Amino acid sequence: MVSLSWHAPATLAAMLFIIGLIGLLARRSLIFVLMSIEIMLNAAGLLFITAGMRWGNPQGQIMFIFVINLAGAELALGLILLLRLRNRLTTLDGDAANRLRDVQA
Amino acid sequence: MSLSGYDIVFYAASAFALLTTAIAITRANPLYGLLNFVLSLLGMAVVFYTLGAPFAAALEVIVYAGAIMVLFLFVVMMLRLDRTAIARESGWLTSSIWIIPILSGAALAGELLYGLLGSTGPAGAHHIVSPQAVGLKLFTTDLAAVELASMLLLAGLIGAYHLGRPARARD
Repeated sequence: MVSLSWHAPATLAAMLFIIGLIGLLARRSLIFVLMSIEIMLNAAGLLFITAGMRWGNPQGQIMFIFVINLAGAELALGLILLLRLRNRLTTLDGDAANRLRDVQA
Repeated sequence: MSLSGYDIVFYAASAFALLTTAIAITRANPLYGLLNFVLSLLGMAVVFYTLGAPFAAALEVIVYAGAIMVLFLFVVMMLRLDRTAIARESGWLTSSIWIIPILSGAALAGELLYGLLGSTGPAGAHHIVSPQAVGLKLFTTDLAAVELASMLLLAGLIGAYHLGRPARARD
């Protein structure tokens, strides 16, 4: 059991969220965009766990379970769209997905 | 302030998670990025354990690192990436594309840290929340949220099934 205040894990959550945000903004490959979204969801889950630790409330871990649930559903749809986009385009460039009309069907 | 053994483990796991996450988003090869992210999730599981959430730590390893990221790895292997794709990927990774994201991320970091560290709320006691308490709360008072979560998963399943069918069957 840590003897730290809740500030340390909350700061860790903020830093992980920002690393995910930087990845989301900087990368063009859709694989890394999906991975950055997962990093940000995981950081939000850490903040829920931190709050649950601070107040001794199981709701924090319950919300973390729902965050995992959401991440799983989101990733399943994101990955199947990625597979279909890979069959249509030749690259996984997120910018090329803006020009789907130009692609020969 | 003296550091207990758990504090040292917390700091070590935090540094490990931050480092592997930073490595993960800067790789050109998606497989190396994903494997580094799996390592980061294992570090996060240790962080959860030291924060008194053993059930969440187990879920992080089994569900997140074990199931979700392995699904991600399998799909990336099905994408038929080759050497030219990775070369194009590293061609996009010039140092100039990081400037604006890092500046805006630093602005957000300043605001978040100002709000978090500037708050003078009581540090408070620490509590270990047992899996029993989580399960009891989840399946009695929060049952409606469980039903909503199952409907979300069902919607994801139907959506993935529909989008995954071959084009002829979909029309």
